[in-house]
Amino acid sequence: MSILIDRDTRVICQGFTGQQGTFHSEQALAYGTRLVGGVTPGKGGQRHLDLPVFDSVAEAVAEVGAQATMIYVPAAFAADAICEAADAGIELVVCITEGIPVLDMIRVKHFLNGTGARLIGPNCPGIITPGACKIGIMPGYIHQRGRIGIVSRSGTLTYEAVKQTSDLGLGQSTCIGIGGDSIQGMDFVECLRLFAEDPETDAVLLVGEIGGDAEERAARFIADTFDKPVAAYIAGATAPPGRRMGHAGAIISGGRGTAKQKIDALRAVGVEIAASPAELGTAVARVLG
Amino acid sequence: MNLHEFQAKALFRSSGIPVPEGELITARSDVPPAWSRLRTQTAWVKAQVHSGGRGKAGGVVRASGGGEAEAAVARLLGSRLVTGQSGPEGLPVDQVLLEPAAEIAREFYFGMLVDRARASVVMIVSAEGGVDIETLARERPDAVTTLPIHPVTGVMPFHGRRVAQVLGLRGALARSAGALVVNAFRLFQESDAQLLEINPLVLTADDRLLALDGKLVIDDSAAFRQQEIFGLRDARQRHEAEERAHEHDLNYIRLDGNIGCMVNGAGLAMATMDLIQHHGGQPANFLDVGGGTTVARVAAAFKLILSDPAVRAVLVNIFGGIVRCDLIAEGIIAAIREVHVDVPVIVRLEGTNAEAGRAALADSGLDILAAANLDQAAQAAVEAAG
Repeated sequence: MSILIDRDTRVICQGFTGQQGTFHSEQALAYGTRLVGGVTPGKGGQRHLDLPVFDSVAEAVAEVGAQATMIYVPAAFAADAICEAADAGIELVVCITEGIPVLDMIRVKHFLNGTGARLIGPNCPGIITPGACKIGIMPGYIHQRGRIGIVSRSGTLTYEAVKQTSDLGLGQSTCIGIGGDSIQGMDFVECLRLFAEDPETDAVLLVGEIGGDAEERAARFIADTFDKPVAAYIAGATAPPGRRMGHAGAIISGGRGTAKQKIDALRAVGVEIAASPAELGTAVARVLG
Repeated sequence: MNLHEFQAKALFRSSGIPVPEGELITARSDVPPAWSRLRTQTAWVKAQVHSGGRGKAGGVVRASGGGEAEAAVARLLGSRLVTGQSGPEGLPVDQVLLEPAAEIAREFYFGMLVDRARASVVMIVSAEGGVDIETLARERPDAVTTLPIHPVTGVMPFHGRRVAQVLGLRGALARSAGALVVNAFRLFQESDAQLLEINPLVLTADDRLLALDGKLVIDDSAAFRQQEIFGLRDARQRHEAEERAHEHDLNYIRLDGNIGCMVNGAGLAMATMDLIQHHGGQPANFLDVGGGTTVARVAAAFKLILSDPAVRAVLVNIFGGIVRCDLIAEGIIAAIREVHVDVPVIVRLEGTNAEAGRAALADSGLDILAAANLDQAAQAAVEAAG
């Protein structure tokens, strides 16, 4: 078991024939992802990487039964691509694209409310179930099938968490990079809810960062309903207030969104806090006992 | 992107938000003709810098008569204004806004911003203006009203009535408040704003609403469709090194420590700063070198880091991911040779071909320590920085 994706998930790529889409589609195929085609408007009917290209997501759903999509289209067209996928009945939309305007994402977020689609990202590394399905830009080989569910707002810091849990032999059930933007799809709580029901996930490693209150909301959810052990790391303890630390969402504003507030909230509900990014693996190993 | 007050007010004016008639001054000699055009007895002389707290810092001066205005302008223009938010170096005052002083009956706060938890634009309104809204919201939350705007409907007439009610405005003034709300939201959307703030919004003695101050922050991600507004960008209001980083598409923020950091990925970059502090050191900067660690980018990053004279060591932390570490190592070596880095460089490389990468670094003959893991890298950097 795993969450959201497994080896049977039928995946397409939007922005399929572009440079990024091509490269990461090749990587996904090499990893064993069941990639069944791709979408590039205007190139429908062609073949790319020995797979069919469609003009629209709706065609891809009808022709090859696409269930999940990975989006590599430029920021200016990404909101449209996300909404198109949701409209076509795609269940899982993974948007890698960075730099989508915030006002676009507000509209996307409300559009998605009326559909059955789940969105991961944007501005994220994607999602992977080790040994089964990779949708995103993460390096596949660092992952190892195992017991830890990982959910993170960062990219390379997620790889750090993955590598450390692999090195300790714990492995991962599913890893989700939910992205670094201020308005995004799935949040920590939604991922935790799915990990709660996954028999393969024995513990969760949550990697947060300054800005917003997603970690505080996760803490409340953990206190109320989440029974599995959780370890967490929050990046940005040394970040100065008022500055945007790379990610659009990583900013301390009006004294809120600090690492300390998030760490205090999580610790108060029994979450094991990793004191440094070098201790992500050992922290989650401790909660497993 | 931040705009200057005079730029924000120009956009306010063209959007139908009432602002004072102002004159932009870039030279002392501009003052006499501007003063006679304004036909006023008293005026505000306002330094145009990208910072709050200008008043307390002496950047906003009341002048009675053209002579006083000219003296204030002479003092401000060409100076650097140090505010509570600007850092000790302050910000250059290249422009001054001259505005007739209105007679004020009441002061309000009006703001619009993106609320990430609600995923919507919200209006923040208070009948108490000219205050620090964040402090007010913390200390007396009842004095601050938050009104979400649904993205499907946008601003509706009832929003205007609610704002008028909160501000205690009736009749024609309530209608003016309603128009202001509609116009502000239109500007917010059309300019891809993240924050629109009028603090204070005032009711003048002759019963007019007027935006006495104006702040507009535009979403950087919208630059591709807001070219006209991004053309207003004032590069001099940013730290020189941060501005150079911007040109190289690098994410750099200068801090107070002495260990330079070069990291791929924003989250890992923040975590690396934390790790340095965890081991007793202080990071000199935040720097996300991004995914494509080419020689040119790494060289540009080294130059930026070393432009800070406080830097005593540089910690490079790269999680290779899909890019091969031996190629990254080659890039680092070439960049160090090109830039003539003269402080110890500690490199932690992880990912595909990491061992080959570490070996290349060790064999380079340069002052590079190839660390085996994160902790060792941070410890070595802290030791090297003394």
